[in-house]
Amino acid sequence: MSVLEIRGLNKHFGAVHVSRDISLSVPEGQCHALIGPNGAGKTTLIHQISGVLRPDAGEIVLAGRNITASAIWQRAQAGLGRTFQLTSILPSFSVLENVALGAQAKDGSSFRFFRPAARERTLNDTAMTTLERLNMAERAHVPAADLSHGERRLLELAIALAGAPRFLLLDEPMAGLGRVESAMLTDILADLRRSIPMLLVEHDMDAIFRLADTVSVLVNGQVVAQGTPDEVRNDPAARAAYLGDSKT
Amino acid sequence: MMRVDRSFLVMGLVFALLLAAPFVLPLIGQAYLLNLLIKAMLLAIAAISLDLLIGQGGMLSLGHAAFVAIGAYAAAIGLDSGIENILVLLLIALAVSGLYALVTGALALRTSGIYFLMITLAFGQMTYFTLTSLAPYGGDDGLTLWSLATLFGSDVVQSGGHLYIVILLTLLVTWWGVHRLSNSRFGRVLRAARDNPERTEIIGFSVFRYRLTAYVIAGMIAAVAGLLTVQQAEFVSPALATWQRSGDLLVVVVLGGLGTRNGALFGAFFLVIVEEVLGSFMHEWRLLYGPLLVLMALYARGGLSHLLLPAPKVSDPAKSGAAKTGAHLVNTEQAT
Amino acid sequence: MSFTLLLIQCLNGLQYGTLLFLIAAGLTLVFGVMGFINLAHGVQYMVGAYLVFAFHQLTGSFLVSVVLSMVAALLFGLLLEHFVFRRLYGRDHLTQVLATFGIIIFLNELAKVIFGPATLSIQPPEFLAGSIQLTEQLRYPVYRFVTILAGLVVAALLYVTVTRTRVGMLIRAGATTPEMVSALGVDVQKLFMIVFGVGAMLAGFAGVIAAPIFAIEPGMGDNILIIAFVVTIIGGIGSIRGAFLAALLVGLFDTLGRTLLTEGLELVFPPSFSTQVGPALASMLIYILMAVILVVRPQGLLPAKGAA
Repeated sequence: MSVLEIRGLNKHFGAVHVSRDISLSVPEGQCHALIGPNGAGKTTLIHQISGVLRPDAGEIVLAGRNITASAIWQRAQAGLGRTFQLTSILPSFSVLENVALGAQAKDGSSFRFFRPAARERTLNDTAMTTLERLNMAERAHVPAADLSHGERRLLELAIALAGAPRFLLLDEPMAGLGRVESAMLTDILADLRRSIPMLLVEHDMDAIFRLADTVSVLVNGQVVAQGTPDEVRNDPAARAAYLGDSKT
Repeated sequence: MMRVDRSFLVMGLVFALLLAAPFVLPLIGQAYLLNLLIKAMLLAIAAISLDLLIGQGGMLSLGHAAFVAIGAYAAAIGLDSGIENILVLLLIALAVSGLYALVTGALALRTSGIYFLMITLAFGQMTYFTLTSLAPYGGDDGLTLWSLATLFGSDVVQSGGHLYIVILLTLLVTWWGVHRLSNSRFGRVLRAARDNPERTEIIGFSVFRYRLTAYVIAGMIAAVAGLLTVQQAEFVSPALATWQRSGDLLVVVVLGGLGTRNGALFGAFFLVIVEEVLGSFMHEWRLLYGPLLVLMALYARGGLSHLLLPAPKVSDPAKSGAAKTGAHLVNTEQAT
Repeated sequence: MSFTLLLIQCLNGLQYGTLLFLIAAGLTLVFGVMGFINLAHGVQYMVGAYLVFAFHQLTGSFLVSVVLSMVAALLFGLLLEHFVFRRLYGRDHLTQVLATFGIIIFLNELAKVIFGPATLSIQPPEFLAGSIQLTEQLRYPVYRFVTILAGLVVAALLYVTVTRTRVGMLIRAGATTPEMVSALGVDVQKLFMIVFGVGAMLAGFAGVIAAPIFAIEPGMGDNILIIAFVVTIIGGIGSIRGAFLAALLVGLFDTLGRTLLTEGLELVFPPSFSTQVGPALASMLIYILMAVILVVRPQGLLPAKGAA
């Protein structure tokens, strides 16, 4: 069964048709990559999945639940974890508190007004385990504002993971990372995808061919090719539209 | 965690001094100062609640005095209708202010940033004009109360009894309650929403609901200050709800140090002292007070708390973000 | 209520509306272009009224006083801009609110010290003192007609400036995409000064023409400032057309509400109830209007995007 299922998604901005009949599905244990040139409508699609934009037509189903009309926070509660293209963390919080907030979203109600959250064992333990998983444990008590760019990207992922997501939406996680950092993050994601299916938007082709089980090529708001990385690599439409210009 | 210990220490000291005041001041013939202290404490209670909104929640409200006035009028109208038990009046004041906050907050929070400021200001003004048109309760002139609330018939909650101590205890409970709330799960979400609302929403929190809840809580605390103001002044008038009062509360919060543990407390005492000292020099003390505000706004970032208790290098995350005099407020404004 | 009275109330509402527009226009432009929230904008209105009073004492001529007051209001605004506001543009809104709040306190007190706490009044000039016979029973003061007219003329001038001139183009661009203006290599400092000066002068002008109608007193700008905020919210921040529409709407709503509401209630409820509830409800009317607009169109009636 698919964890994320998108059916016939359409979106217009005025006269511009930015999403044309987009359908894709990501089953358990798989990573689906979304590629395409700039302006192809990747960000618009991501926004529709995460709830920033509402599609004009079509359905988005997450873990069997139709979330097409849900608010952003409801999608997160339904199991959607997300990272941003431009790093978005809470700079005035410590690293641990950033991640603990992610854990808090899934661990009971946060309309609790009296007990100090910083002393909640379950939240801190979840946060710490998540940080250890990303090799960031020793940075737990640093203010998030003091992190390097690479560390911030990992922190974003940690916040999402602490909420025990059923599905991950990763918007260019490698953006701005160096070679070593990229490779490390690719390793981490390769590890993760078997337990948490993910939709990956990325420009880094090495990472895509290593991580993705399936790929969709988006051009002018339309999926022009869909299949395994090898199938897409040899697909004439995809080559012409997108891969072609990067290979020649 | 040095800082937390120190802020408790400071509060303990302030509390001890305030507790000693009613015993010591009459001995040295300065009993009239007790009224000033009461004024400062009532101001502090309302300011602490406003700081919850601004310092923790990043919601720049310029209509907070309305809640003080609503608490006061709820109590006054209750008294006027023959309800004398202060606990019943408290419940009425909380219910009315809470409901009002729920409705106006839900409307104001449809927007953020500068819109929020203008809308809270407008609703505050609406409250003021509504109170001035309450002809049965004195209209413009306000209402003098011939009987005050009692605690099951005891005058302990009146000036003749132990009103001073009651207000001091209320201040302490408010201070402690808001301190706990800031560090709770709820407070953490509120601060997260202040710093980065989009992220907080994506993590899975309805920013609107958390902000609205904070708005209602802050409104209810301010209403308690209003109720106690009635017991002290034995009088209510729409003047409680003027937007200048809301501005004063804002001044107190910012001068004290936004989002700091004791900022609202310092700010309240500072304002009352400034008013008293400047006022004793010259009748037109506002000619000095106005420019003082301009200068403080332009040059004294971080408020009194920072001058008195400079923050350690690695500060408690609960406060460091807010301490930069509202730098985070810009964040919410991007959304407009 | 007679038809005559209704007509008079409509004219009064229109007159109040044009006054509100003069104040709200500056407010919405200053905020739209500079992102600067100026609580002291209402003070300019008070300054205008006091200026015309003072010049009238000195010169004895209303027209001369009006001209002198406008110039003085402009200079005063530029002075404030130069010494205080200029330092506030890049700052957060809280700092702006605090500083401009301080200025209000100072100037209100200063007005009290110079002119005394009592309300003052001046007479409209001789040649505008009469009234016009509109219908058999209806006479309406010439001066009020002139203020309506003056307000409409200024509104038209402003609209043409904003939509047809280079400065106007920059203002519109600034209200929607501030980055673009600086990218165009425009002297932003100068643009800000112009916008601010014009805003200050408009508010001052409102104070000048309002002086013979309303009482001149310290703090007179505070309440009208908040109504101007309501106008700005209803019209949409940064939008001149929105401010105009909203100002007339608020002016009419408020004026008519005060007379019609109590009478309307009396049709249904006993008079004692109506006379008590009517005024309270009437004073809430424009805020209720604002709330309704917020629910239906949170960005205001005519948001600045695309058009000014």
